[in-house]
Amino acid sequence: MKYADRMGIDRLIVFLGFSRMPSPPPAQFREDNDEVLRVLEAAPDRLFGFVYLNPNYVEESVRELDRCVRDGPMVGVKLWIALECNDPRLDPIAERAGQLKAVILQHAYWRTVPNLPDESHPGHVAELAARHPDVAFISAHSGNDWERGIRGVRAVPNVYTEVSGFDPTAGVVEMAVRELGAERVIYGSDAGGRSYASQLSKVLSADLSESQRRLILGGNIERLLRPILTDKGIQL
Amino acid sequence: MIIDVNVYLSRWPCRRLPLDETPRLVERLKKLGIGQAWVGSFDALLHRDIEGVNARLAAECAAWPAGLLVPFGAVNPRLPDWREDLRRCQEVYRMPGVRLHPNYHGYTLDDPVCEAVLQEAEARGLIVQLPLVMDDDRVRHPLLRVENVDPKPLPALIQAHPQLRLVILNGTRAGRPAAPLAGQKNVFYEFAMLEGVAGIEKLLLQGHFPVEQLLFGSHCPWYNPDSAVLKLQESELTDAQREAIMHANARRLLGDQVGR
Repeated sequence: MKYADRMGIDRLIVFLGFSRMPSPPPAQFREDNDEVLRVLEAAPDRLFGFVYLNPNYVEESVRELDRCVRDGPMVGVKLWIALECNDPRLDPIAERAGQLKAVILQHAYWRTVPNLPDESHPGHVAELAARHPDVAFISAHSGNDWERGIRGVRAVPNVYTEVSGFDPTAGVVEMAVRELGAERVIYGSDAGGRSYASQLSKVLSADLSESQRRLILGGNIERLLRPILTDKGIQL
Repeated sequence: MIIDVNVYLSRWPCRRLPLDETPRLVERLKKLGIGQAWVGSFDALLHRDIEGVNARLAAECAAWPAGLLVPFGAVNPRLPDWREDLRRCQEVYRMPGVRLHPNYHGYTLDDPVCEAVLQEAEARGLIVQLPLVMDDDRVRHPLLRVENVDPKPLPALIQAHPQLRLVILNGTRAGRPAAPLAGQKNVFYEFAMLEGVAGIEKLLLQGHFPVEQLLFGSHCPWYNPDSAVLKLQESELTDAQREAIMHANARRLLGDQVGR
């Protein structure tokens, strides 16, 4: 938080906990989410939480979604590398998230070396999102290979591309805005693995209008979260 | 004022970059307070007419006010008569150093040709810049699958060349120097690829090397140059540390070589 302050970052969305298991059993992802819930209590005015789920355990994941989002303070879902996300096992989780107006953030890398086992790429996110057009999906990291990752979600309007978690390669935000529109591009830091600075620089250095920059740095995620925040009585 | 020791001119082989034309690059550097950039050429990665690359680099730098763009030519010791390229870099183009690309030129750091080029550079008093990696190997273009430079031989090379002024570029990706400095004060790192929250602060706190051996580097225009500038803002540094990293160390390393 101290370093977020230094970089002018007002609010953070946090998730995952400390175990960082790729495919945690239910007891573990509940423990991970408990850690995040405790962190949220420390700064409720600045932190939002996304619930970490494992679609290999569908029923338990839906129950955890209810526990942390419907009955708790969290406002979105974080999916990592447990399962390629075009798998039909994701559907009940996406449906429940949609009912709760929760946003789904899916890790998505498109490597030119083989992807990790069960790791999703942006094309998988697009497939899942096309089956759930009323749910907002965020394709994390723009696929890292962003020249492919941005194209991979272009045709599905309820997918947003997020630009954290890869090197500050020049031109990524410009391409994302060109292909998706500024309304579908979202800033993220991937802190603490990444530097706030390097990730923020992708947006700050890009050749954009100020209104586009504001959308990417906060306006878009605020718009996506507003329905669930309103339901929870939280004002931004 | 900032001295950026890790900048390139010309075109990346498989992507246009927002700052890959020199006027736009210079404009951006100035806006960020970067008053001097040590520049190599992307052409050096794949072109085999290295003399042509170096001549263009020198001419491009000379077109701007003295000391703004400081050229670091390329030498490919796999090419015949590479010593002449090295000589011209120093004697014709007045370059203070050269930038090596062992992985693109087909040799490793423990190859005898590497030893030869370092020996020659050391004897001539040239600075050697050594990028260990240019881009993220996980998403590297499938037709450019160049291995990263293996830094394991570095400590032995450093010890064998105590007078060599060596700048390791793109060597802090893991949050620490790619290889120990073997006690040598003539070896420097920059932080273009350093990641993690408050990365510079942590790098110094962990005591991997003294602040006197850390330089400002952006790896621009492959990376946007704002990233490196913002990293200075992110880390809590003393004024002395900041000054050392931003320009004092680079100035000391370069000495009076620019424009000589």
